[in-house]
Parts: sequence; C-alpha cells; structure tokens
Amino acid sequence: MWKLAGYRRPYPGTQPNHLHLPYVSSIKRAPTKPLVYLPHTLSEITGPVFGQNSVDVKACDLTRQHSGEPLGERIVVSGRVLDEDGRPVPHTLVEIWQANAAGRYLHKLDAHDAPLDPNFTGCGQTLTDSEGRYRFVTIRPGEYPWTNHHNAWRPSHIHFSLFGPAFATRLVTQMFFPGDPLIPFDPIFNCTADEKARNRLISLFDWETTIPSQALGYRFDIVLSGREATPMESPK
Amino acid sequence: MSLRATTSQTVGPFFSIGLSSLKQDNLVGEGVSGERVTIAGRVLDGDGKPVPDALIETWQANAHGKYDHPEDTQSKKLEAGFKGFGRILTDGNGTFRFTTVKPGQVPGPDNNMQAPHIAVSVFARGLERRLVTRIYFPDEPSNSSDFALNLVESTRRETLIAKKSTGESGVLEWNVILQGPGETVFFDCGL
Repeated sequence: MWKLAGYRRPYPGTQPNHLHLPYVSSIKRAPTKPLVYLPHTLSEITGPVFGQNSVDVKACDLTRQHSGEPLGERIVVSGRVLDEDGRPVPHTLVEIWQANAAGRYLHKLDAHDAPLDPNFTGCGQTLTDSEGRYRFVTIRPGEYPWTNHHNAWRPSHIHFSLFGPAFATRLVTQMFFPGDPLIPFDPIFNCTADEKARNRLISLFDWETTIPSQALGYRFDIVLSGREATPMESPK
Repeated sequence: MSLRATTSQTVGPFFSIGLSSLKQDNLVGEGVSGERVTIAGRVLDGDGKPVPDALIETWQANAHGKYDHPEDTQSKKLEAGFKGFGRILTDGNGTFRFTTVKPGQVPGPDNNMQAPHIAVSVFARGLERRLVTRIYFPDEPSNSSDFALNLVESTRRETLIAKKSTGESGVLEWNVILQGPGETVFFDCGL
C-alpha cells in the first residue's frame, strides 16, 4: 500500500474568498458553486521542477536589462521562501512583474497616461539558493489609477509567482511597501479577512540589504504550504 | 515553528509581462511516446463573455503514468523530451490551445489507479486565488471508477471531461466556465 503525505490546507481566514464584492472583477469571475474537496494524490504532491537552465542569471536585476538605466528609485527586494514549518524551500523558481517608476506597465492594455521607460521591462526571474534565499534588484514601482471604483488607485506593489515543490504549493501573490497610504483602501489587498495575514504582504524596510549610495533594501519572506505529517504506513 | 502560508493575490491583467517567458503550449519534445492530443477551449465568465486575460497551467504524467518529479518513485520510465508542465495564455477571444500526450494512469487513494487526467490551475484578473480543476478524456473506461470524478455530483462531472471536437479531428474541446450554468467543477486543493 502506498500512502502519501499531502500538503496542509490554509488556516481559516488567511486566504481570500473568491468573491469579494468591492473587487469588481471578481463578481463575474468567482465560482458560485462550492469547491469540491480534493485529497492530495501523486498528481498534487508532484509538480514542475525548473532548473538553472530555465532562468537567465541576469534576470534577477531588472535595472540591467537594457542599454541604459531605468528611471526611478533603485531598490533591492530579497527574502526567503519557507514552508509553514520554517524550512527553506531551495532551488525554486520565483517570477516577478511590476509597473515602472511612473506606475505604467509595459502592456498593450495598460491605458494609464504615464510614460513608458525604454530601459525598463518590469519582469524578473530567479531560483532560490540552497537556503531558500532570493534577491532582485529593481526600481520602486509607482502607484497607478484603475477603474474599479471612483478615484481608485493601486498601492505600489510587485507581483510574485512561486511553484514550490508540488502542484499543491503553487502561489501567486503581491508584495506591498511599508507606509504606503493607499494600502488600507485597496480592495485587492483587503480581500483577505485575517488582518495579520494581509499585513504579511507588506515588505519590511531592511538596513542589512540596503546598499550605501545605491539602493534601499526591502525584505519579503514568502511562506508556502507545509507538509502534513507522514502517514504511519511506509511505502512498499 | 509554525508559520502561515502567504496570502494569495490576483495575477491582475498584466501578468503576461512576467509569465510569458515560460509559456509552453507544446509539451511534446523529441522522441516522446504516447498518443498526441491537442486540447482547445475557451475561458468564459458569468455572462458567457470570453476572458482574454486568463492563464492556464497544466501538470501531468507522461504516457507511461510517470511524473517527472523526485517524489514519483514508481518504476515507470521517464522520457527526456517530456516534462509535463504547460503554461498557456488565453487570447483576445478567451481561447487557449495546447498539444500534449494523453497521460498514463497514476495511483490514487488506497492504491486504486486514477483515470488519465491533467491537473489544471486557472489564474485571471478577478481571481484572488487560482482555481484548480482537472481535464479527463472521453471514451475512457477508467473514468467510471476514478475517485476524483466520483467526488463530483454526476450532473456536473461532464464539465471535467474533454469532448471530441466536431470541427477538427484529433482535437479535444474543453472549456472553463467560471460561473453560472455549466460552471466548471473546481476543486479545493489547499492554496
């Protein structure tokens, strides 16, 4: 008999509901029927593995992807990817994307009347090291207006995408900046009931990773689902 | 030490900037065995309108029923040309299309074999968390005993089973209906 340890389910309130009325885009897209609980099988405890050949080593510095330097405030964004037991998640892919310093995405559907920056694409990738650490150099993204409601503005944020060890650990999230006055008014940030869980999306200013005369450091640790205890029965 | 998993947030409308470089709509490399299948469909919202800014990710075993992952310890063959991961962005009409091989059977609970299936994540603006679903195959006798299909009420089960395209031979059609009549079955898979 082959028994497998699955991954833990989220603690109540720490993950967003699919439908959150103040976030207008969720109204016609959130499922209305209850989700069907799926026990984890081999299909969910495995997942894609990305090696060094999937990632350009230069892709972790978003300020060096063009001939010139992008406009804006250079920053270092770094942290660790851990599981819920505090164990590092090594050699896992981290993808990020963001707006430029003026709050404009390099995307044909971004209609915000702010300048594009020919020296900034806003896309980065890296693998965590053997201790789960990652590090990006980028510029601080600008805030920008959106059409969710009257006078709606998104706080500065960087999108993060992570795989972790399994299909069950896939996570896409957003990192925010400390002290940003727009955060409490952001319907996307506010989708999650648990205040502490929401606030963990706000990075911390970090002297240790700040580079003198170069770039301020922000620290953002990311936690992926942990493993359930191994079943007593051992695989044969 | 006990931490809580980081809160999920939407991919938003501009994820193609960050997620296009690993786009993979042809999963079949050189020398890969198994039956080729092209799966095509649309992502539709609660008004039946196409979702032009959705991302579909797929994960599956190879034709032998083996995942390219260290925790798959079955003594089945891996194939260098098949990793099992797909990433497809919908176009302006909400359509997506990818080519793969029909996966072999993999073990499920109590060591019963699962019917051939592809695990799917759906991401989009408006979805604060991914939606997890599965694609099953038509005319597949093992579907009737598949544990996951049997978790689903029988009237909704067909949303998980691809259909032979009436227009194109060799193509299977499978749609993602986010809400409303014919709403696709989505699974609670944790995050």
